[in-house]
Amino acid sequence: MVKKGRIISFFVILVVLAIIIGFTAKPIVNNMKLGLDLKGGFEVLYQVKPLKQGDKITPDTLHNAVTAIEKRINVIGVSEPSISIEGNDRIRVQLPGVKDEKSARKLLSTTANLTFRDSNDKLMIDGSELEPGKAKMEFHSTTNEPIVTLQLKSSKKMEQVTRTIMKKPMPDNVLVIWLDWHKGQTYKAESKKAKPAYISAPSVNEELGKNVMIQGDFTTQEAKNLAELLNAGSLPVKMDEIYSQSVGAQFGKNSMVETLYGGTIGVAIIFLFMLVFYRFGGLIANITLCVYIYVVIAIFVGLQAVLTLPGIAALILGIGMAVDANIITLERIKDELRSGKSVLSAFRAGNHRSFSTVLDANLTTIIAAAVLFVFGTSAVRGFAIMLIISNVVTFITSVFGARWLLGLWVHGRALDKKPGLLGVKKGDVHDS
Amino acid sequence: MILKHFDFIKHRNIFFTISIVITLLGILSLFIFKLNLSIDFTSGTRIDVTANQALSTTKVEQTFTDLGYHTEQTVQSGQNNRVTTIRLNRELNRTQSATISDRLKQDFGNVDVSMSTVSPQVGRDLAKKALYAVIIASLFIIAYVWIRFEFLQGLTAVIALLHDAFFIITVFSLLHIEVNILFISAVLTIIGYSINDTIVTFDRVRENVKLSKKRLTTLSDFGHIVNQSIHQTITRSINTVLTVLFPVITLLIFGSESIRTFTIALFIGLLCGVYSSIFIACPLWAVLKVKHLARRKKKRTVQPQA
Repeated sequence: MVKKGRIISFFVILVVLAIIIGFTAKPIVNNMKLGLDLKGGFEVLYQVKPLKQGDKITPDTLHNAVTAIEKRINVIGVSEPSISIEGNDRIRVQLPGVKDEKSARKLLSTTANLTFRDSNDKLMIDGSELEPGKAKMEFHSTTNEPIVTLQLKSSKKMEQVTRTIMKKPMPDNVLVIWLDWHKGQTYKAESKKAKPAYISAPSVNEELGKNVMIQGDFTTQEAKNLAELLNAGSLPVKMDEIYSQSVGAQFGKNSMVETLYGGTIGVAIIFLFMLVFYRFGGLIANITLCVYIYVVIAIFVGLQAVLTLPGIAALILGIGMAVDANIITLERIKDELRSGKSVLSAFRAGNHRSFSTVLDANLTTIIAAAVLFVFGTSAVRGFAIMLIISNVVTFITSVFGARWLLGLWVHGRALDKKPGLLGVKKGDVHDS
Repeated sequence: MILKHFDFIKHRNIFFTISIVITLLGILSLFIFKLNLSIDFTSGTRIDVTANQALSTTKVEQTFTDLGYHTEQTVQSGQNNRVTTIRLNRELNRTQSATISDRLKQDFGNVDVSMSTVSPQVGRDLAKKALYAVIIASLFIIAYVWIRFEFLQGLTAVIALLHDAFFIITVFSLLHIEVNILFISAVLTIIGYSINDTIVTFDRVRENVKLSKKRLTTLSDFGHIVNQSIHQTITRSINTVLTVLFPVITLLIFGSESIRTFTIALFIGLLCGVYSSIFIACPLWAVLKVKHLARRKKKRTVQPQA
């Protein structure tokens, strides 16, 4: 006697699942954060060094540096930046989807330490004298060139400095404005170059107050960037790039498309294989696999994890491993059927006996993945998270989900005396 | 299926020998050929230029020569060889990489340039971290298997997994395939997978030991259990490795060039993983177990006299 109620509920469950997946799949996929290896963009690992020799890098200075970097990234306008501190003296910055990488990288690593020096490079005024947040890009009232205007905290110092410089003879009466001056750079050498390293070197003919105007042959964008950089504040540290990776948008997109394509074919083969080998049991396994894929992606998006290329590979591999739980259970059920048990008791014994196997197998993989996560770099972490999520979800879908769905048919008595539907030949069954 | 009636214990020495020989070969190869380490572990720069069609490698190399760089290796890959990969043995700073990128775009039209540059310090750190990861993962796994099963099974499971990890390294060294950061992920995945495979077989051994009414002492007692357990789980072992292999093979054929080393390593590791759990881990456990029991028995008989 086939109990129709259970079979009907099986189909109702299928329809409900299909509706849920159908309606939510698109928003979930649209909310997926793509890593820079898929989206294009760049990543830089900075070695942080103190500005003055002999100073130490403390957690505090690192945090201040991160805050300053964050402000600068707002200037660039990247939607999903990631800034993290690594070890004691490293900062990793990831900017997916950046269009103008060159200026972004320049903007990030500029210390933005503005100094005013005389023609012998002696420090006259430094950035700490600036009134915060007062730098502005403007257009010169007569020449209409883009300029940057600043305000100093007090006019006294500037008056004093300009008075001294005014008194110097002709070529030396300049106030040199430097951004990130470092030892070894001299005004004398730079002024002969076509593109000097300083911003500008106006001759001083009169006493100046606290309002400073910099005319530096800027383009509008350069002037705007400089003003914003000065407003964002100077970095409390020096940052050297020790690792950088930049991925072109097209390269990233190609990798993603190719990998998804390869993966889809692989998964299709898995589905086919399960159907051929385990028949009805394989069909149930395939249904749970679809749910599995959906749930893993949903959790991944929910955690706001970033999908990377290895992450896609882990997702696809995870499908292969999730099937393992189905295979262990279905093989066990087949064993029990062959030993002559009825479909119902083979189903019960198979589920019961395979449980600890699946548990141990998955937990050991989770251990390996957790270690990967702790020790891995960003791309590897994406992979490890995917592996952990998939192992946990496997339990819900391939163990409990498959048991429940197959159970509806078994308890509904629809498979009684039909071991062939589970892939067991009648001849293989021992009579006991 | 022939493996369903194969005596794994009787022929164990053949497989032990094969594995020992391969492992020795690997050690030798590491000394002679070393590993083809990517810039991730050493230092230098890798540049991927994606165009609409294949670029002339000589022209690309010429561009680099013009800029004053010596290119180490130039390879092409992808559909129609549209991706050209150039390796430089030095790291680039911000301005240098910008210059190269601009120049490539100028010489070859609007190409897409991806670049990664690593300083020696970062490469060393990465290699160190990877080694720690393998050691720590192994320790945790031994501990877990010790708790859930027994120490000897934990030990043999870890021997099997180290065997697999080393086998991948051997193949990469012999064939001189580039080892990059993703290789580490692949090796760790294989460790996870290999252990998974071994555990499933040990799980059956555990069950069969419990079911057996006889007291097990000799190698033939344990050999019987091991053979029986392998025969019972071999379909599952093969089917599982197949279902993981399917996507790995299709990724190998159709997937992105960027994950090629990853998929190659997985492919080798999966095959080796299923081999080692069947032919190495279980027979080795039986041998060790019998020795262990014999030693304990000897101790027991000696102690009362002392």
